[in-house]
Amino acid sequence: MLAEELKNIAVHEREAKAAVGACVNVCGAAGCQSLQSDALAKALVEAAAAQGYGPESCVVRKVGCLGLCGAGPLVSVEPAGIIYQRVQPSDAPDIVNALQGPPVKRINLDSKLPFFARQQRIVLENSGRIDPERLEDYIAADGYLALTTVLSEMTPSDVIAEIEKSGLRGRGGAGYPTGLKWGTVAKAIGSPKMVVCNADEGDPGAFMDRAVLESDPHRVLEGMAIAAYAVGASEGYIYVRAEYPLAVARLKTAIRLAERQELLGNGICGTQFNFRIAIRLGAGAFVCGEETALMASIEGKRGTPRPRPPYPAESGLWGHPTLINNVETFANIAPIIRRGGAWFAGIGTERSKGTKVFALAGRITNTGLIEVPMGITLRDIVFEIGGGVPEGRHLKAVQTGGPSGGCIPESFLDTPVDYETLTKLGSIMGSGGMIVMDETSSMVDVARYFMEFCMTESCGKCIPCRAGTAQMYNLLGRFVDRTATRADLAQLEQLCDLVRNTSLCGLGQSAPNPVSSTLRYFRPEYEATFATEGGE
Amino acid sequence: MFAYLQKCEPPSNDKRWKIIAATMRKLGNERQALIEALHSYQQAFGYLDKPGLTYIAASLKIPLSQVYGAATFYNHFTMKPQGEHACVVCTGTACYIKGAADLLKSIFNAEGVKPGETTPDGRLSILTARCFGACGLAPVVVVDGDVVGRITTDVLEQRLRKVLGHAG
Repeated sequence: MLAEELKNIAVHEREAKAAVGACVNVCGAAGCQSLQSDALAKALVEAAAAQGYGPESCVVRKVGCLGLCGAGPLVSVEPAGIIYQRVQPSDAPDIVNALQGPPVKRINLDSKLPFFARQQRIVLENSGRIDPERLEDYIAADGYLALTTVLSEMTPSDVIAEIEKSGLRGRGGAGYPTGLKWGTVAKAIGSPKMVVCNADEGDPGAFMDRAVLESDPHRVLEGMAIAAYAVGASEGYIYVRAEYPLAVARLKTAIRLAERQELLGNGICGTQFNFRIAIRLGAGAFVCGEETALMASIEGKRGTPRPRPPYPAESGLWGHPTLINNVETFANIAPIIRRGGAWFAGIGTERSKGTKVFALAGRITNTGLIEVPMGITLRDIVFEIGGGVPEGRHLKAVQTGGPSGGCIPESFLDTPVDYETLTKLGSIMGSGGMIVMDETSSMVDVARYFMEFCMTESCGKCIPCRAGTAQMYNLLGRFVDRTATRADLAQLEQLCDLVRNTSLCGLGQSAPNPVSSTLRYFRPEYEATFATEGGE
Repeated sequence: MFAYLQKCEPPSNDKRWKIIAATMRKLGNERQALIEALHSYQQAFGYLDKPGLTYIAASLKIPLSQVYGAATFYNHFTMKPQGEHACVVCTGTACYIKGAADLLKSIFNAEGVKPGETTPDGRLSILTARCFGACGLAPVVVVDGDVVGRITTDVLEQRLRKVLGHAG
């Protein structure tokens, strides 16, 4: 497809949408879908027909994630900007009836709530606004504009310079500068080069990537295609969890539609640029989120990591130079190209630019997906946007970064969220899972929970991780059973150091984090479980 | 004899083997097809067993040991036949904080099975999953493919009685 055709489709789609009187959007992401949003959409279509609305006056669409998953199923009405929560199929006639009047009060959700108003959406700008299964919807939202611009007006080094200027850092957790990574792969010798999208979102409690893939899959494809052009790659893989069947289905649809319009495949947008994307399913191994393990899995092997160097940029998939980025990283690319690196660099803190998507869950009023500028405080996230802890309980800790992260106590809630400060607090940014805990959670239990996770997910290749996590799990068990001694505590701390410093990959290196962070902030809870006074 | 020297005949005349053969052929009957082949094998038959793995090893020309290694490495694959009904309890962090352990306890009390086990009559398998990414609805259980969010022990027991066809 050429830039001109793309523009025509966008103009046509926007006109068609503006001509329709009202647009009723039903959330069709996995959370709301499990609450029967399919039946709800059907009921709305029937209600609209029964009340005399035709396709020109009312359209019911299935869109991506609307964010506030805990209040699902969600419905939004455009252009009025109304959001309804916990909608049942029986509410459909009332919703249709209210299209031309005030909203239905009993299910209306104030769209000026801080949950919506305090967010800044870049990655999720289309989420909940477009139908993820229609390419035209994405094009109408300036989709693939960045790709055509890149192909017609920019050299690969221009693209890399723009990404470098934006200050974007990897959103998978480690925060490596994206522009620098792209530059390394571009300079690497060897062909073909590969672009891999890491969609193996294994952290329990994290569902950002799932939501992006389900709500706006083309955004990820476009980001990958721009990356491929920048580094000179012709083959792409998306490694996605098998636990996300809806995301897989939507990705497949998106790839097929994009290929049909020559936005992927051979001769993209009438140029000589070729780029194909294939999907590979994960099979439930957390360690496959580690890049070298992920590549082993794509190659059809057990997902075990290998030592780096050589880094994937030099020798990755089948020994070819490979660029690996996370879903959210790729989702940031198109807006950066469209609006410029300088614009992106103007958002966030000095060293962490742009926004970050977080998945809020646990003991918090508003569970769901949020996107906030870097540098916002944890307090704002939990109390303003998240609505605080329900049932009159008190916040005890916020867990970020999943099994690789740590627990941050209430006293540090005013620290701004960026890569460096979270690391300083003994946690990590991670991929964006944020679990809120109240006083009913025992920190020793939580530490053991994560250690059990790391123990069972350890691939077994290196001894510190394989044996160390098991030893730590057993030691933590003594604290849970109240049979521990002070010597056990000392040994636990020693093991934290050992496993952190001697494990082969990120899984083992970060496995002690939940233990060491809870020891740092909640040590009395450990000491209170000693079998004897003082634990001698 | 080495697995890869054997003839690549499917273990039986079952038509489902054609799906698995097609998956492998699409990826050039090479090693990179292994995980995808195991996926389509499990989807078609519900679980993996030795004759099937031997066939895949021969087709992709890789040692059976490595096929077995991959099949047992990944949590998603199972080599045990599953019960007629499956109940998967999410044990991700959000569900853990919101009481997944209580759900498993109540299943054990009602049906007498632990995660990874199937009832002796083969009617119900209990499994756990790391995270469905539906944390906003925690705790989450998937009963025969249907995701049930914000579930309580009472609702879960009722639901299980219903799928098993118990009275009451």
